[in-house]
Amino acid sequence: MTAYAASGGDALIARTARAAGRRGWLRRVRRNPMAAAGAAIVLILIALALAAPWITPAPYDRPNFGDAWQFPSGQHWFGTDALGRDLYTRIVYGARVSLTVGFVAQAIALAVGLPLGLAAGVVGGRVDFLIMRAVDTLTAFPQLLFALLIMVVLGAGLGNILLAISFHAWIPICRLTRAQCLRERERDYVEAARAQGAGEAAVVTRHVLPNILAPIIVAVTLGIPQAIFTEAALSFLGLGVRAPTPSWGQMVGEGVTNIRYYWHLALFPSVMIALTMAGFTLLVDGVRDVLDPRALKSP
Amino acid sequence: MGRYLAVRIVAILGTLLVISLFVFAIMHAIPGGPFDEDKMPLPAASKANILRSYGLDRPLSEQYIRFLWNIAHLNFGVSYQSPGESVVHLLARVWPVTAHLGGMALAIALAGGLSLGLTAALRQNTPADYLTTGVAVFGLVVPHFVLGSLLILAFSTALGWLPAGGWEGPRQWILPTLTYCLAPLGVVARYTRVSVLEVLGADHVRTARAKGLATRRIVMRHVLRNALVPLLTIIGPLFPDLLTGSIFVEGIYRVPGLGRYFVTSVYDRDYPMIMGLALLAALLVSVMYLVSDLLYLLADPRIRYT
Repeated sequence: MTAYAASGGDALIARTARAAGRRGWLRRVRRNPMAAAGAAIVLILIALALAAPWITPAPYDRPNFGDAWQFPSGQHWFGTDALGRDLYTRIVYGARVSLTVGFVAQAIALAVGLPLGLAAGVVGGRVDFLIMRAVDTLTAFPQLLFALLIMVVLGAGLGNILLAISFHAWIPICRLTRAQCLRERERDYVEAARAQGAGEAAVVTRHVLPNILAPIIVAVTLGIPQAIFTEAALSFLGLGVRAPTPSWGQMVGEGVTNIRYYWHLALFPSVMIALTMAGFTLLVDGVRDVLDPRALKSP
Repeated sequence: MGRYLAVRIVAILGTLLVISLFVFAIMHAIPGGPFDEDKMPLPAASKANILRSYGLDRPLSEQYIRFLWNIAHLNFGVSYQSPGESVVHLLARVWPVTAHLGGMALAIALAGGLSLGLTAALRQNTPADYLTTGVAVFGLVVPHFVLGSLLILAFSTALGWLPAGGWEGPRQWILPTLTYCLAPLGVVARYTRVSVLEVLGADHVRTARAKGLATRRIVMRHVLRNALVPLLTIIGPLFPDLLTGSIFVEGIYRVPGLGRYFVTSVYDRDYPMIMGLALLAALLVSVMYLVSDLLYLLADPRIRYT
């Protein structure tokens, strides 16, 4: 009898909780339509990147010199470039480069910045001093110039771009982790955990880390558009991905040279970069609202 | 205070030293030298002479120590890509153009950003607010080179109102300045809005309202002055951003400023110029952070540095 009531009650609670969750989700979307728009843009980009081979008419690297410099038409939706390659195809494939760079660079940044930030915040002392001096020095160094130097040393290529971007991308995550760590360690619940005999490692992994995760996730998402921007900027300068691989930044760079007449070459990749950056930035605002309601409302 | 300043200045010098070592190492790790066959086909003997005259035949450690010695005497060497012209001269020749462009952009960004942010905060959640936020986000997220190409497409290719490049007169200044100023304008507007909103809710503003002061007077005397303090921290770092931003804006609009030297110096292995630019940028960043910290101190008497 009691067991039956309990399970029935649980189911009821679960059902109402689910319904409330659904309503809450809807409410959040309605309250934050910009973030929903950002999420939609990002989802469409991911879909484009994944479906690229099936939704494009030709391989992205096949030149067709008879078809060079075509303006947009029914056959070539976005026109063709100097080598007669279909611009629509190259734009769709370009989403792959941008998204890969955005996600992988931030994954590397998290893998480097989180442990270093924890080490600085938890161990303190000399470790903290060394890590923070490295952070200060890198901060003073202009990121783009540094990325330029690295790209020239290592040469063009996706891996080298990721390296050049990650060199700076871990810094905000490391800083944030350290600051949050220092703040949380003074809290009562940490004191309580210590009083119950938890070791330093347990305090950090079981108690501090889960509590500082939300702002760190926000910082990681915030870095994605940054990374996408840096890749586009490097490719724009001709120091990005290797030649046949399509990158929006590099397409804008080529388009700008011919902007007086062949307007489509610069227009479409420019719009894609702007859309992508806007999509991710709006999404970050939404993520912040959901995960970190205590944080200052974004302006 | 004096001690604080001294510590900060020593820290800046230390940072510059580390950066110079770093750049020196990376620079010489780049395959190829400034006087290779593909750049300058020369007989071996002449090449050896050139290398000797620039001190490039010495071991790297000796080159670095000599470089430090020269720097200590404010001698930044001679640029390879512009022979006979010292790095300092070259910078002095092209820097004014970049400073002119950056100065105009920064002035517009500050004036526009402040008034937009203030308007948005005073009319929170109205169409004016949303419009401001929209402009600010657009300026923030769209890279310089994308905005530049879009503006050229609109005002030059499609409408034909403005020239697509050059730097001869005010007509050529409009598009680059517009491209340049939108990002810092977005930053300033967003922070002004938050900062003003915060002060609007403060007790002293309520008191001023209760006293029956005019809205205009409250905003000018009691809100804006307090709201500007946190803004100081973000204005400082805008200056160095304008420096690196010049690479793209000047490249797109063919403005004869500092921007293109960032790229050509790296391509041409112009060691003294790379070093000069890196140190200049790092110095700007560090000094601007220091200045904004000091301004903070002046603006808010509650803050003390020890």
